[in-house]
Amino acid sequence: MLAGKAARLGMRALGSGGTALPGLVVERLHPQATERLAGRLSATALITGTNGKTTTSAMLARILRADGRTVVHNRSGSNLMRGVTASLVEAANPLGGLVHGCTAVLEADEAALPAIARAAPPTTAVFTNLMRDQLDRYGEIESIALRWAETLADFPTDATIALNADDPLIASLATCWDGPCLRFGIEDADVPPAPSGEIVDAIWDPATQDDFRYSRRYFAQLGRWHTDAGVERPTPEVSADEIVQAEASTQFVLRLPEGSASIDLPALGLYSVYNALAAATAATALGVPPETIKRGLGAHQAAFGRQEEMVVDGRRVRILLGKNPSGMNQALRTLQRPGERHHLLVLLNDGIADGTDVSWIWDVDWESQAEHCESLVVGGHRAADMALRLEYAGFPAPRGPVANDVGRALRAALDALPQSERLTILPTYTAMLDVRQRLGRMGAARLWDVA
Amino acid sequence: MGRGLMSSSNDRRLDVAVLYPDLLNLYGDRGNARAMARRCAARGIEATVTGVDIGDQWSPEQSDLVLIGGGQDREQRRVQADLLRRGNAIRDYVNDDGVVLAVCGGFQLFGHQYRGWDGDVMDGIGIFDAVAAHPGPNVSRCVGNVVALWEGETLVGFENHGGRTYLNDGQQALADVASGFGNNGGDGLEGARVKNAFGTYLHGAVLPKNPHLADRLIALALERRYGPGAGELEALDDGAALRAHAEALHTALSATESPLGRRFA
Repeated sequence: MLAGKAARLGMRALGSGGTALPGLVVERLHPQATERLAGRLSATALITGTNGKTTTSAMLARILRADGRTVVHNRSGSNLMRGVTASLVEAANPLGGLVHGCTAVLEADEAALPAIARAAPPTTAVFTNLMRDQLDRYGEIESIALRWAETLADFPTDATIALNADDPLIASLATCWDGPCLRFGIEDADVPPAPSGEIVDAIWDPATQDDFRYSRRYFAQLGRWHTDAGVERPTPEVSADEIVQAEASTQFVLRLPEGSASIDLPALGLYSVYNALAAATAATALGVPPETIKRGLGAHQAAFGRQEEMVVDGRRVRILLGKNPSGMNQALRTLQRPGERHHLLVLLNDGIADGTDVSWIWDVDWESQAEHCESLVVGGHRAADMALRLEYAGFPAPRGPVANDVGRALRAALDALPQSERLTILPTYTAMLDVRQRLGRMGAARLWDVA
Repeated sequence: MGRGLMSSSNDRRLDVAVLYPDLLNLYGDRGNARAMARRCAARGIEATVTGVDIGDQWSPEQSDLVLIGGGQDREQRRVQADLLRRGNAIRDYVNDDGVVLAVCGGFQLFGHQYRGWDGDVMDGIGIFDAVAAHPGPNVSRCVGNVVALWEGETLVGFENHGGRTYLNDGQQALADVASGFGNNGGDGLEGARVKNAFGTYLHGAVLPKNPHLADRLIALALERRYGPGAGELEALDDGAALRAHAEALHTALSATESPLGRRFA
């Protein structure tokens, strides 16, 4: 345990964002450590799904702290087994104990969920959505759904599962679960529908082969769905209504089993509303009252690269992570308020954590962003691929070099940025880590101030 | 050969059909239709792109260019019966020099058959004299960047397929693998070609960053529709496409991963 603590301190001293190394050390020295540590927790919330894991976890952790609980939390997307181990180690005191009564909020990679759930049995488990993401790494989405259904059999029978009612692939997990279940979804009838050309991954019910049909579809396969066989979206116990997009926040009415609350969420876009619903549902399952959930959501701060704002050299910079088509489409939609134009730095990497296949950029609706682009700089390992895609989408020609080096691209973007304007960075995952570290070295304020 | 020989180069048009665009659209394959439309438009050729879904009325002879992309196994099963119904018409179209680009799952369905890892056999329409087979659940998929040599030039793309394609004797490959797996990771061959039908495992999307392949398809389609000589295409400013091509070449051939990618995987 001390070895893990020492490694953790070492990483901190280097200023690295990596949170997984101490977990790796402990995993080697003491393979049962995670189970032993997890056994001392008073409650465990697991959060999994394709998109929204990190932000949902950050929101839930904040709500639980507002409720006066001590929270262990694997921050910054360190969501494989060793990342979970690392966060438990970090929370443990040097003698190997864990703060009594801790609640763990653990983000779990889709594929790592079975192992994580075995080591840290959930009190509640949130399934956010299931979308096309890195097929080179995860395989086809149906096989993930199948693995999750099997994993439910290993959950404690009194665990509460929290399911996205609007995602038919997630909602159907309820048929594999006899224990308590809470659903969340959007009830607002005025949410604008998804653009017609958008890619949809789940076109039919894998169990019956019936097509999913929609009376309303918000994005990807999320919406008010049904099939001809009479299967339909369940009525959610936790829902959002009267959603209003303000300039820097999203307001909505949150309906919970034990009352309603008006929420002013300092985050943009419908995907942020889904994250808030997911967090509120898990908090409800853990017994947090509505007014505390409201307080926690109102105090939300962007997690690591997700709509994160900072200031560097007196200029405003924000980072909107986009890891896959649906995530990037949602990030772009927050930038498409009428009349708004943005200075964009788009960074495409093809590391293993990004997906080595970059062809997904052809499945993103960049076309609708072109008119909202004031200036463009492109960078990353596959910058030329990105530049070609954006040329097809009708963007203005990129300024400066199309640089594989993220640092050069960042410098070019900041140099070209008018003094009073804001730079919006759209990176893939490893490009986000890279650009964030560079901004930190340049003295950006609010770095490492992770929720 | 061709319909309505129009003399003016200004009112040339091409009708592009995309088969099952909502089902076979993996890995950015919709970029291929965008490339066709864009490269035609830049030369004053009006390209109309029409999606053909299951059950739609469509006869291939209405088209100058047919695109079919890749899908997951479940989507391939879903379209198979509809595609088999259209098999004779598509074969006639190919025999009449119709232009086809079939990618990945589409390439497999345009062969004789695909045998899944469970032994389940899915018939294809037999345009290409080839069979595909999945070697079993414990054998890795063919995943990664590809460089292939096609008529002395490079093709770049990304492949991700469990099934391996084997060409029968006499079936011409499209290209030779320089880096990557190609059809099966064993014989060094990539794709297949029959008359003007091209099959390949390359995603990327393949046409935007292989503009020479895109232009070959356009030229063949124009010659078929408007006669010999109609396939002369003016050069375009392909700076961005060629940079993307070069970057993909570099990525495939250097095969070095980003340290960030490794560390945070």
